[in-house]
Amino acid sequence: MQLQAVNDFVVKFANVNGSGSASANELFARSILRMGVPVSPRNIFPSNIQGLPTWYEVRVNETGYQGRRGGVDLMVAMNPQTWDNDVKEIEPGGYLFYDSSKPLPKSKFRDDVNVIGMPLTEICNATYTDPRQRQLFKNIIYVGALSALLEIDPAEIEKLFSEQYKGKEALLQSNVKALRLGRDYALQNLSCPIGLTIKRSNNVGNKIFIDGNSAAALGAVYGGASVCAWYPITPSSSLAEAFIKYCQKLRVDPASGQNKFGIIQGEDELASIGIAIGAGWNGARSFTATSGPGISLMQEFIGLAHFAEIPVVLIDVQRGGPSTGMPTRTQQSDVLACAYASHGDTKHVLLFPEDPTECFELTAQAFDLAERLQTPVFVMTDLDIGMNTRLCEPFQWDDTREYDRGKVMSHADLESGRDFGRYLDVDGDGIPFRTYPGTHPTKGAYFTRGTTKDRYARYSEAGPDYVDNMQRLLRKFETAKQLVPKPLLYPAEKPARFGAIFYGSTSPAMVEAMHVLAEKGIHVNALRVRGFPFAEEINDFVANHPWVFVVEQNRDAQLKTMLVNEAKLNPSRLLSILHYDGTPITARYIVDQISQHAAARTVVPLKRVS
Amino acid sequence: MTYLAKPKLHHPTLAKNQVGYTRRDYEGKISTLCAGCGHDSISASIVQACWELDIEPHRVAKLSGIGCSSKTPDYFLGNSHGFNSVHGRMPSVLTGANLANRDLLYMGVSGDGDSASIGIGQFVHAIRRGVNMVYIVENNGVYGLTKGQFSATADKGSKSKRGIANMDEPLDLIGMAMILGATYVGRSFSGDKKQLVPLIKGAIEHQGAAFIDVISPCVAFNNHAGSTKSYEYVRQHNEAVNRLDFIEGREEITADYDAGEVVNVTQHDGSIIRLRKLAGDYDPTDRIKVMNYLQQRAAAGEVVTGLLYIDPQAQDLHHHLNTVETPLNQLATRDLCPGAVALERINASLR
Repeated sequence: MQLQAVNDFVVKFANVNGSGSASANELFARSILRMGVPVSPRNIFPSNIQGLPTWYEVRVNETGYQGRRGGVDLMVAMNPQTWDNDVKEIEPGGYLFYDSSKPLPKSKFRDDVNVIGMPLTEICNATYTDPRQRQLFKNIIYVGALSALLEIDPAEIEKLFSEQYKGKEALLQSNVKALRLGRDYALQNLSCPIGLTIKRSNNVGNKIFIDGNSAAALGAVYGGASVCAWYPITPSSSLAEAFIKYCQKLRVDPASGQNKFGIIQGEDELASIGIAIGAGWNGARSFTATSGPGISLMQEFIGLAHFAEIPVVLIDVQRGGPSTGMPTRTQQSDVLACAYASHGDTKHVLLFPEDPTECFELTAQAFDLAERLQTPVFVMTDLDIGMNTRLCEPFQWDDTREYDRGKVMSHADLESGRDFGRYLDVDGDGIPFRTYPGTHPTKGAYFTRGTTKDRYARYSEAGPDYVDNMQRLLRKFETAKQLVPKPLLYPAEKPARFGAIFYGSTSPAMVEAMHVLAEKGIHVNALRVRGFPFAEEINDFVANHPWVFVVEQNRDAQLKTMLVNEAKLNPSRLLSILHYDGTPITARYIVDQISQHAAARTVVPLKRVS
Repeated sequence: MTYLAKPKLHHPTLAKNQVGYTRRDYEGKISTLCAGCGHDSISASIVQACWELDIEPHRVAKLSGIGCSSKTPDYFLGNSHGFNSVHGRMPSVLTGANLANRDLLYMGVSGDGDSASIGIGQFVHAIRRGVNMVYIVENNGVYGLTKGQFSATADKGSKSKRGIANMDEPLDLIGMAMILGATYVGRSFSGDKKQLVPLIKGAIEHQGAAFIDVISPCVAFNNHAGSTKSYEYVRQHNEAVNRLDFIEGREEITADYDAGEVVNVTQHDGSIIRLRKLAGDYDPTDRIKVMNYLQQRAAAGEVVTGLLYIDPQAQDLHHHLNTVETPLNQLATRDLCPGAVALERINASLR
C-alpha cells in the first residue's frame, strides 16, 4: 500500500542537533509555501547545543490547518539513534527515506512502510573532501532528492538560495550544485514521484510567514515600548533579540543616529523586571520577556508593581514546567503562576494570543492596557507559537491610533488646582491618577512604596486604609474586564449541545478538530478566551451548554481552575481535555478525547442531512 | 516612613538659593529613626548639598530598597518623587528610571544589608553599567530594623551588642566599586559633615556612576566597644586622604592655593573638585594606586575617607547605549511608532 495525497501530508525530519539540518529543513518548507501551498513547520528540539536528537515536522495542508495533525506520512530518518521510534511513527502505507550508505538488517524496517534508500554519505564522501561540507551538503542533497520525490519545483528552491546568498556567489553556487546533485540522483535512481506530491496552488494569499517571538517583538516596537530589560532564557530569548533587531532598523533617529530605545540585558530576571518597573514608574513604556522560571524569580517585583500600581508588560513564552522541566518543549502551564503572581492577594491581567498575528496585536495592546490600568500585564504566549514559523494574517496598523497613556496629571493639571491623591479613585473605576517624577516643583510628588498607604500615598497601617486600597484594586480589576480583548465565538454549523473553551496556541488544532468532529456528527460551539479577567460572555456561553470542554496544555487544568475560581462556573459542567507531554496538541488528540466524552455521555450524534 | 509631617511654617527671612528655595524646602518628613542615628546626619548633608547646588527639588528622583537607610529618602527632598522598592533591588529600579528620563538627578540610598547582601548583584551591575547616579550606602555594619544581626560589611572580629564576635570576612564595598569601574568613589563618616557635603556635591555633578560609602553608626545596635562602626572607633581610626571643596562650573574661580598641596579636578560639566591633599602623594585619578593604598591602610585598621577615586572624563549608560537626548518618556506616538507603511514593507519581506 502506498499513501496517496496531494498537498495534504506530514513530513518529519529526524536529525542530529548541530548538524546544520535546520536551515535545509526550513528551505524545504519555504519552497512548498512558494508554490502556494500552506505549510506549518515545527521544531522539536532538545535542551542541548549539539549531538542530541532533533526533529522538524512539516505539515502540508492545502486547507491551511496550522495545528499538528498527528502521525507522519514521510519520515526522513537521518538519526540512527532515534531510528526505531522514528520508524514506528510512520502511518501505514507511508514512506521512509533514509541514508542507505550502510546496509541495515530487515528487522529495522516495517513491511507496511515504503522504503526509499539513498546513499547520502557515499555521495557526499565522493563529492566533498572537507568533513564539514560533507555534513552540511548532505542536508541540501536530501532536499534535492525530496524535490524530485514530491515534485517540488527546484526553481523555487534555487530562488530561495539566491535570496539567502545574495552577494555571496560562491555559497550560492555550491548550494545549487548540492541541490541538483540530490535531485538528479533521485530522478535517475529512485521511483519519482511517490504518492505524496505537491501541486502548485494559490492558497497562501497575502499571508506572512513569521514566528511568534519576532511578531511580539514587532508588537512591542509598534506598541511604543522604549525600554526593554531581559535575561536570556529559552524560549523567550529570540523575542528580545528580535526587539533589538527591529529597534535598530526602525527606531534610530535619522538625524542624529541616536537610539530612541534603551535595551539592557540584565544580570538576571530580578534586575530585568526591576529595570522595566523603574522605567514604567518614570513614564516610559517598558517590558521584559521571559519564561516560567523567570516568572518565578520576578514574583516579588511583580507584587510591588501590582501594589504600587506601576505599568509594565511581561511577555511569558511558556515552556514545560515545573522547575527546569522541559526547557525546549511547549506547555500552557504558567497560567495560574502569572494570574496570581506574588504573595498576598494579587490578580493580574493576562492576554492569550493564538498565533504570531495576535502576538503582534496583543503585545502592542498590552502597553495601552498596562498604562491605562497602571499594573503589570502579561502576554501569555508559548514555545509553540514563539519559536515556530507560522503562516498567518499580515500585520495591520492604523496610523490614526494614539497610545493610551492612561491617567497622568500634567503640570497644567496640577497647577489648575486639581486634587492629586496618588491612590484616589476619582472616577469610580478604581484607576487613580499618577504623576511622572519631575512634573511640578511643589505639587504632585509622592512616595512609591510596596508597603500599605492611604489614598494620598502616605504610609498607613490603619486597617480601614488598607481595606479601602484593596477594594479599589478589585474595582480596578473589574474595569480591566471591560478593557481586555473579548472572547471570540467559533459557532458550530449546526445546533450543538457541547461547548468548548480554548485559548492560545491550542487554537489551530482546536479549529481543525471542530471540523473533523462535525464530520463525525459531533457539533461543538467553541469560545476562544483572549483575556483575563474573564468577560461575562464566558458565563453566558457555559450557561448555554450542558457540558463545556476546556482544552488546555497542562496537567492540572489551570484555565478551568481559574474559570471556576473567578467566573464562578460550576466545575461539574466543565470537562477537561488536557495535553501536556511537551509537544503541541494535535487535532487528532482533541477529536479522540471529545469523541470519548461524547460517547460516555451517550449523546447520539446528529445525523447528516444530505 | 513617618506619620508625622513637618510643620511648613518657617522664618520669612531664611536665605534662598539661586533657584528661589530655602534650605527647609529641601527637607522631608520628620525622621522616625533613633535619636542620634548617623543616617539622619547623612540626610542633612544631602539637603545641604542639594540646596547649595541650586538643584530644584522636584528634579531629583530618590530611590531606595528596604531597611533603616532605605527609609531615609522620606526624610529629605519632600517635593521629589521617591521610590521605596524591594530589598536590595533599588539599583535596577533606578537604572530603569534613569533610562526613561535622563534629565533628572537620580539619588540611590541604600544600606549595607541592602547593598552588600541581598542586593550585592544589583549593586555590582548598576556600577559596572555606569548608570548616572549618586549611590550612597549608609553603612553601619548591622541590621537595625530586625534588631542587631551582623551585616556583610561587619569587620571580622568586631562584636555585636550581645558580645558575639563576627567570624566572617567583611565585604568591602569601596574595593568592589573600584574594581567594577565606578568613576567616582568616596568614603565618609556621617559625623563629618564638612567632608560629606562637598563629597555629595561632587557626586551630584559627576556624569557617571558615583558611589559614596558613609560609615553611619547605629546607635541602637552597633555603637559599643568592640564595634568597628561606632562613633568612637571611626573617630579614632579615620584617615582622611584629602579635604574637599566643591566649586560649581558656572562660578568664577577666585580662590588661590598652594601648589603641591591642592589638586583641582575639573569634571565634564565644568565643576571643580578641589582636593587639599593630606596623604602625601595621594592621586585620586590613578585607579591602581588608589586600590593599593586602600588595601594597605585597611590592613593597618584605618578607615580611609575622602574622595578616593575620580575619573573626570567619565561617560554614562546613556552614552554607552547611544540614546537620544530627548528623554525616552517624552517620545510621542509619532516618535515611537514606525507606522503602517513600514509595517507593510515588513509584511512584504515575510512572504
